[in-house]
Amino acid sequence: MSNAVVHADGHGHAHAHHPALQHHFDTMGQQKEAAVVGMWVFLLTEILFFGGLFAAYMIYRIWYFDAFAEASRSLSLFWGGLNTAVLIGSSLTMAMAVRSAQTNKRTATVNWLVLTMILGTVFLGVKVIEYADKFEHHHVPGYNFQWAAAHEAPAAGAEHAPGAEVAVAEGHRELSLNADQLQLTTQIYFSLYFTMTGLHALHMIIGIGIMLVITWMAHKGRFDEQYYTPVEMAGLYWHFVDIVWIFLFPLLYLVERHV
Amino acid sequence: MLDKLKIPERNYLNNGHGLASWLLTKDHKRIAIMYLISISVMFFLGGLFAVGIRLELATPQGDFVQADTYNKFFTMHGVIMVFFFLIPSIPAVLGNFLIPPMIGAKDLAFPRINLLSLYIYWIGGVFTLYAMISGGVDTGWTFYTPYSATGSNTNVVPTALGIFIAGFSSILTGLNFIVTIHRMRAPGMTWFRLPLFVWAHYATSLVQVLGTPVIAITIVMLGVERGLGFGIFDPARGGDPVLFQHLFWFYSHPAVYIMILPALGVQSELISTFSKKTIFGYSFVAFSSLAIAVFGFIVWAHHMFVAGISTYAAMVFSFLSFSVAIPSAVKVFNWTATLYKGAISFETPMLYAYGFMGLFAIGGLTGLFLATLGMDIHLHDTYFVVAHFHYIMVGGAIMGYLGGLHFWWPKMTGRMYSEFFSRIAAILVFVGFNLTFLPQFVVGYLGMPRRYHAYPDEMQVLNVMSSAGASVLGLGYALPIFYLLYSLKKGAVAGPNPWGASGLEWQTQSPPLTENFIEVPVVDHEPYEYEHVVAKEKHLV
Amino acid sequence: MSGHVSPVSLYITIFLALMVLTAATVGAAFVDLGQFNFLVAMIIAAFKATLVIWYFMHVKYASNLTKLTVATGLFFLAILLGLFLVDYGSKALTPMLPALS
Repeated sequence: MSNAVVHADGHGHAHAHHPALQHHFDTMGQQKEAAVVGMWVFLLTEILFFGGLFAAYMIYRIWYFDAFAEASRSLSLFWGGLNTAVLIGSSLTMAMAVRSAQTNKRTATVNWLVLTMILGTVFLGVKVIEYADKFEHHHVPGYNFQWAAAHEAPAAGAEHAPGAEVAVAEGHRELSLNADQLQLTTQIYFSLYFTMTGLHALHMIIGIGIMLVITWMAHKGRFDEQYYTPVEMAGLYWHFVDIVWIFLFPLLYLVERHV
Repeated sequence: MLDKLKIPERNYLNNGHGLASWLLTKDHKRIAIMYLISISVMFFLGGLFAVGIRLELATPQGDFVQADTYNKFFTMHGVIMVFFFLIPSIPAVLGNFLIPPMIGAKDLAFPRINLLSLYIYWIGGVFTLYAMISGGVDTGWTFYTPYSATGSNTNVVPTALGIFIAGFSSILTGLNFIVTIHRMRAPGMTWFRLPLFVWAHYATSLVQVLGTPVIAITIVMLGVERGLGFGIFDPARGGDPVLFQHLFWFYSHPAVYIMILPALGVQSELISTFSKKTIFGYSFVAFSSLAIAVFGFIVWAHHMFVAGISTYAAMVFSFLSFSVAIPSAVKVFNWTATLYKGAISFETPMLYAYGFMGLFAIGGLTGLFLATLGMDIHLHDTYFVVAHFHYIMVGGAIMGYLGGLHFWWPKMTGRMYSEFFSRIAAILVFVGFNLTFLPQFVVGYLGMPRRYHAYPDEMQVLNVMSSAGASVLGLGYALPIFYLLYSLKKGAVAGPNPWGASGLEWQTQSPPLTENFIEVPVVDHEPYEYEHVVAKEKHLV
Repeated sequence: MSGHVSPVSLYITIFLALMVLTAATVGAAFVDLGQFNFLVAMIIAAFKATLVIWYFMHVKYASNLTKLTVATGLFFLAILLGLFLVDYGSKALTPMLPALS
């Protein structure tokens, strides 16, 4: 496709430039750099946005480690691990999509984007399975929450009589929670679980939506080696969503698994 | 030099007619004007609630409205004034209009995102206004849990949703400014040739971008707590209400710097222009804006000294709160040094600047009283706090906004307003302000709590003074509507630089072209060089 | 002006590294390291995030401004978490739980 368009603008003189150059910028380079920096500034806001949830998680994990450990062990390591692999894979396919756009390979760009969307959808499908499981087991706070007695606290917790005072458990743990307290505090864990993974899933849905638009644009041949910024922007966003999960996975699924 | 000045034929105001040309514009100047109208509406709405508060407090008994209604008044006054007036005010109006011409650019980096931020502001406003019309909110603008999560039966969620949405408007404005200032400066416009107004907005934008997301997530958490019955802050399930306060104030303290930093930037421009002298200690003033922005993030728990934080944390935050006063003081000292041996004058913008100096100083110093742990035990949640923050927000930020509006009005509209009426308004604002808020320091020190609609009889005299002052203040705020609107049709034509100010924006026509500059300017001199301005003007006739 | 084009082999390598690190973090979770389980998991996660940021998100080849932007975000996140701990880390770890008989 043609890289340059010659036209007369309102100032009465003609100049040649890429059709995608916006007139308040001087060069495509300046425009792209502005877009990249702008997107990173937006990702900063996302870091702080999720950051608030991580702060809340941090506090309550310190306070109610037993509850967090118990609740975390009730999560499916299989589905969580699978999802992690799927999402990392989708980051790979996304990086390949950007690369294809950079090298002006239209079909490859579309294909890699479609693959990324498929992997993203698989992730969301797994989350549906996991959420459904939570509803079934009455692990949804505010809805039907019941931390069944079947979830007996292993090791330290179980040996204490019900209603025991705060006791020093073995090793590093300073607090021990009895069954009644677990019933209450595991709700905090699951409130954070649903808020964090729910927010993350919402970001993925938005990301897939953005990718649909970008894929359509790629299909229409809108990108070339001089202008593939929207693909790169979508890539930055998607990789960020992956990074959030890279932290969510160990924080939510891997608390005291060795017990 | 005595040629009759005319409004330039081609300018951004007549470049395209009809509602669509405004609502779909990408011109940062038109977006700024639309923001101006929007926030002015919000200001008077917030002011209406203030009228309700001061009417109730004119008598010691709670006899004007019910206690619940009074709670709604101060809540809605706070919500509107903070989120829908002060936070956008200077950046969305003056920042949007002036930053591109000040740096020699044709527009902001992302004009469509600028328009989007305006739409988002409107949408957020609609939600919050709907919440107010359909019953109001009574939690205080601070929304503390557990009352806001489970106790209150008022419209918490729609109000909070409106604030959440408006927050994105703030974020997008900040994002736009950061990228613009980094990447769109004209040749020769190095960082240290930027007007201090630009430095102030850069610092503000950092705060907007880094702080606002935290209140956004706090609102999300409050929403799921209230709407879905989650238990993040619920004490009955082991949750910590103080965690909400930590998260809330992590944004809301930097938010006050979002509200004051731009005014500090305006102040530097006014002081320099109306003493015809370059600002004293330019780099100190520039860096002090950044210092305020960064330090502003590490002091938030001074709002929580009596909330249940540890003594150790209280000491740390008290110390840090003292240190954040230092860069602000640097500015006040440098402005004073600028005035010294300057050719000072008393035009309306400068009247606001003089007022700002004193009132900001009082507000800042009383902040130190509150940062002192022992004092805060007694002063927390009293009218002393209310007076302190109104000195900064009203005596500081709003006067900075009005000073800036009066300073750049000729540039934005091409017209001069009546200097006579504008000076009267400025004096009314200053007198009315002090009459309203100075007594509040005293009643607060005497122990009058905030957010109560009744108080002991012996405090009535001071409260009546405060309410009377509020009427004078209101008059001072109402007057500009008339003479500013009048000036649009009948004001004297301003010309490019009626004040003899420095800065690239004053070297263009008034009102400016849509694209700001016919040719991209090349900057080859330092800022605030008034000899250069005078020399240039001699060629401009 | 096009940006730096990374070779496919680099992307594959980073992907494989991320998968190995994921396996490692799961494996480490099954070993009793006491307090250090959390630290190990966070260090691995931080390293994975760094790989994504540096190579997938092209920050390695980006301008200094972009690098500064990333660093700023992480710095302020650290302030958020760190100063929260100044309060919560210096208070008694007493759970705010209702008294139970």
